[in-house]
Amino acid sequence: MTFDWAFAWSILPQLLWALRITLLATILGMALAATLGLVWVLLRRSPWRVVAWTAHYGVEFIRSTPILVQIYFLFYMLPEFGVRLSPMVAGILALGIHYSAYLAEVYRAGIESIPKGQWEAARALNLSPTQTWQRIIMPQAIPPIIPVMGNYLVAMFKDTPMLSAITVLELLQTAKIIGSESFRYLEPLTIVGALFLLLSLLAAQAVRWAERRFDLKELNV
Amino acid sequence: MSTAPIVSVRGLCKRFGTHEVLKQFDMDIQPGEKLSIIGPSGSGKSTFLRILMTLEKPNAGTIEIEGKGLWHMERGGKTVPADKKHLRAMRTQVGMVFQHFNLFPHMTALQNVAMAPKQVLGLTRDEANARGQDLLERVGLGDKLDAHPNQLSGGQKQRVGIARALAMQPKVMLFDEVTSALDPELVGEVLGVLRELAHETDMTMLLVTHEMRFAQEISDRVAFMDHGQVLELDAPSKIFTNPSHPRTREFLNAVLES
Repeated sequence: MTFDWAFAWSILPQLLWALRITLLATILGMALAATLGLVWVLLRRSPWRVVAWTAHYGVEFIRSTPILVQIYFLFYMLPEFGVRLSPMVAGILALGIHYSAYLAEVYRAGIESIPKGQWEAARALNLSPTQTWQRIIMPQAIPPIIPVMGNYLVAMFKDTPMLSAITVLELLQTAKIIGSESFRYLEPLTIVGALFLLLSLLAAQAVRWAERRFDLKELNV
Repeated sequence: MSTAPIVSVRGLCKRFGTHEVLKQFDMDIQPGEKLSIIGPSGSGKSTFLRILMTLEKPNAGTIEIEGKGLWHMERGGKTVPADKKHLRAMRTQVGMVFQHFNLFPHMTALQNVAMAPKQVLGLTRDEANARGQDLLERVGLGDKLDAHPNQLSGGQKQRVGIARALAMQPKVMLFDEVTSALDPELVGEVLGVLRELAHETDMTMLLVTHEMRFAQEISDRVAFMDHGQVLELDAPSKIFTNPSHPRTREFLNAVLES
């Protein structure tokens, strides 16, 4: 089997179109994960034991079950409870929820790295709890964890082919369809691999750039 | 000085686990008074300041600031533990300068000083910045407004810390070993600022310090603390030249010799 460049060229537009879906799922999934991760962390710090406990074990549960099971659960099981989601929505929810558990840990590390003295200074200046989080804690906790969050973004991007399991027309699913229609898998799968490689490398570069930038900012050079 | 005290402490107790840090601690502080607290480490000096700043909660006893409870309040004719709102209202009276500065590293010197007046006191940005600039000039840092804390020396950081606390215009200012973390050659510039404050303001100042000479010079009264209690509270001339308690004498001999 030889690589047919003309065929590859002809299916490229279709795959690039599918790439949009992959990117959309990644971006929305990450936005959800970043928000939900923060919610987990704040719930875990709740003074109410039950809330903190539930959040803690919720995060543990999500992290300890495979993402593919979670995807199937949201797509195939929720309709049993009367919640019917489109494949794309179920997929984004699954990605977002799964990665929120990891991001919760990242946020936690960022927040716990803030010295106690910062909280005390905020209290001595009579800042409200909300002002303390907004002006003192988060602005210091977030920059150091941005590179780590970038790594999770790349990881999530590479997990999007999982969504092909519930028929989301992302890159891999589109490549499989092309393959089954034309009986040629070499070209579509190669292009999919190359696109993932290209974008992952770009993203890794961006993460390195972020690392440098926030490092410099810390040093105030 | 026989006016009503601005801070009145009765029977204050604080335990960390089984360790008693403050034991039935009493103290009255007069408005405008400069009071230094000296004593060996672990004697409860800093804990007392931290309770006044509401950073630690006492186990028993009362503190009143201008006659109003700090850790307790009146509700329906009964005295109950203070809620968050009450603590926040009382906290406007008190300010604190920390041993380790605790400046906000992501803000410039000016932002460190102007942030709370804007956020908490509701000053406009211009008013808050003007107040911040004014105070930074007063502590000799008029040329460092836009510097971040890590571009400043320890002495400069602590002067920002003082300006930041002053910006909230508290009636009672707490200084918790504010020169202890400084290199010896930088202590002077911070003491200089404190000396000026002591002479030029009518702010009540409570200083926990190991700078004996300085305490003697600027204080109206000096308290000697040991094992969670005030053993002696008197004019500096009396404490430093003719202490009545043997523990005070012992302590002063030890620190003044070195």
